[in-house]
Amino acid sequence: MKPAIEARGIRKCFGRYPALDDVSVAVQPGELVALLGPSGSGKTTLLRIVAGLETADAGTVFYGGEDVTHRPVRERNVGFVFQHYALFEHLNVFENVAFGLRVRRVPERLVQERVSQLLELIRLDHLARRLPAQLSGGQRQRVALARALAPSPRLLLLDEPFGALDAKVRQELREWLRRIHGELDVTSLFVTHDQAEAFEIADRVVVMNAGRVVQIGTPTQVYETPADAFVVDFLGKANRLTGEVRGGVGHFLGLRVPCHMPDGAAQAWLRHADLDVAREPGPPGSTLPARISRVSRIGPIVKLDLHVDGMRAPVGAEVTPEQAAALAFERGHTVHLRPRRVRVYPMPAPQPSAPAQAPRRSGLLGFLRSRKPRPA
Amino acid sequence: MRLAPRAAHGATAESPAARLAITVIALLFLALFLVVPAVAVVAEAFSEGVRVFVAAITEPDARSALQLTLLAAAIAVPLNMVFGLAAAWAITRFHFRGKGLLVTLIDVPFAVSPVIGGLVFVLLFGARGAFGSWLDAHGIRVIFAVPGIVLATAFVTFPFVARELIPFMQALGSDREEAAVILGASGPQTFLRVTLPSIKWGLLYGVILCNARAMGEFGAVSVVSGHIRGQTNTLPLHVEVLYNEYSFAAAFAVSTLLLALALLTLLAKRFLEWRIERQLARTNGIRERAR
Repeated sequence: MKPAIEARGIRKCFGRYPALDDVSVAVQPGELVALLGPSGSGKTTLLRIVAGLETADAGTVFYGGEDVTHRPVRERNVGFVFQHYALFEHLNVFENVAFGLRVRRVPERLVQERVSQLLELIRLDHLARRLPAQLSGGQRQRVALARALAPSPRLLLLDEPFGALDAKVRQELREWLRRIHGELDVTSLFVTHDQAEAFEIADRVVVMNAGRVVQIGTPTQVYETPADAFVVDFLGKANRLTGEVRGGVGHFLGLRVPCHMPDGAAQAWLRHADLDVAREPGPPGSTLPARISRVSRIGPIVKLDLHVDGMRAPVGAEVTPEQAAALAFERGHTVHLRPRRVRVYPMPAPQPSAPAQAPRRSGLLGFLRSRKPRPA
Repeated sequence: MRLAPRAAHGATAESPAARLAITVIALLFLALFLVVPAVAVVAEAFSEGVRVFVAAITEPDARSALQLTLLAAAIAVPLNMVFGLAAAWAITRFHFRGKGLLVTLIDVPFAVSPVIGGLVFVLLFGARGAFGSWLDAHGIRVIFAVPGIVLATAFVTFPFVARELIPFMQALGSDREEAAVILGASGPQTFLRVTLPSIKWGLLYGVILCNARAMGEFGAVSVVSGHIRGQTNTLPLHVEVLYNEYSFAAAFAVSTLLLALALLTLLAKRFLEWRIERQLARTNGIRERAR
């Protein structure tokens, strides 16, 4: 089966800054794929190139095996959802959703039918006559999604669709997008910088950094076997220890970790959730002594902030409230950390200074936006 | 846009005496330079009675001056509306070489004395100008005729619409237009159904300012007009002619016409400012809440 979306060897520079450097991504029909990365990683640029809103300097974009690299945006039949909704403020909810049908001169009867059906799907049929300004953020984004879906697009592309919403609405919309995707079975690609969001709703995740694809895999694959130190770091809640590898054993402060790596400087990553915390030390080399500097209860877990001799950065660990109560952890206690799983990576080669922040958009608008704050 | 008056209660608050003094200075200035002259114009216009006033504004030369003023504005303003839209569109939506130059050149009529603007057209289209002999041979009169007045008016008023639209369109962003194109809208459909409805108040504001200047222009028009009564005199030029003939009451009577046009413009301007503030608050409110 041909992939529904394939981007092959995409390159894009904004001025002298390379936003995308030989990026290739494929999305299978019916998949929901997340482009995940920090700001400036090129994920939005890639999405805009796939949509045709931006042109690549090099590379090819295929929809279902068909080369669409030079096809105008309006003939591509894709749905696009913007971070800030981009609703037509002068049109009511119904007319916003109907826009894509009206410009195609779809007969009025079919417009009425299709829009009503979509408004029902997004559960806003009772607000059809409202203007966008009279809706909440979550409602607006639902209208934007219905508008994108109205012309039955072959693909659905979403640019940080929930980035502008508050936590609770975000959570609702995530579940809701997942459900809609399941019902409509439209191939979808969405951009996010939130790993929890990507893991929760995507079938597969494309992790990007500095204009390159770092890893592609299911949420489980990406979480269990991160391709490199960047991915572990970006997924968060992990501690980094520096040390070295000698004869197949990594030495990181007091820890000894067997690993298959050539001798030399190395870094070890220990996830907060992968650390057992005990009052007594284990066999030599298997535990790390630490002092508790803070205990905080975060919902169903207890987070410990710890100080480890020889490390400047605080070390984090997560335990269950039951464990915390049983061992009576308090600030100032000395404990011993036993990592259940350690990921060892070579130290990164010294890189040429990376740009601080990529321009999000090309063209004058991006330039002006980067210089001038929006009027309040 | 206006600053919040509440700022006065903050750390920068002045003493009541200072606030009173500053306000009085501003109001005195306003009275001295705006209210007193405006009242003087009206008072002088009626100084020889209503009949003289009515006669002054209904005599054929005054009527023809009013017609010419309206005609020049009616041609120059739509021209500049099209130019301003195109320039603002190009500047805010495209990336091209020489954009900085275009932005600077738009301001030339603001920077240069209107007299020079008029002289340029005399040099180009006058009897001894670059195109003068060709125009003469084909029996086309530009200078000392209506086309020259329209050209001069268009020249001095062309920055208004573009200057008003550029920041407005920048604030709105291009997301909506992109959304329209992705939904399958053609260029004209996008413009008519998305862009124009969202910029209409800003556009109208620019047009109003442009119109005010077009009807009031004196310098550039004076150079190309030739002051032929009943033919090439606009309202401001007609006022000057009357004044030079010591027909003070008539001069001020015609001036009240211009004053009335100005007041109408101010009212329209205030209304549009209110609409624009509301619109921008609405579009940016979404983004604010989003953060």
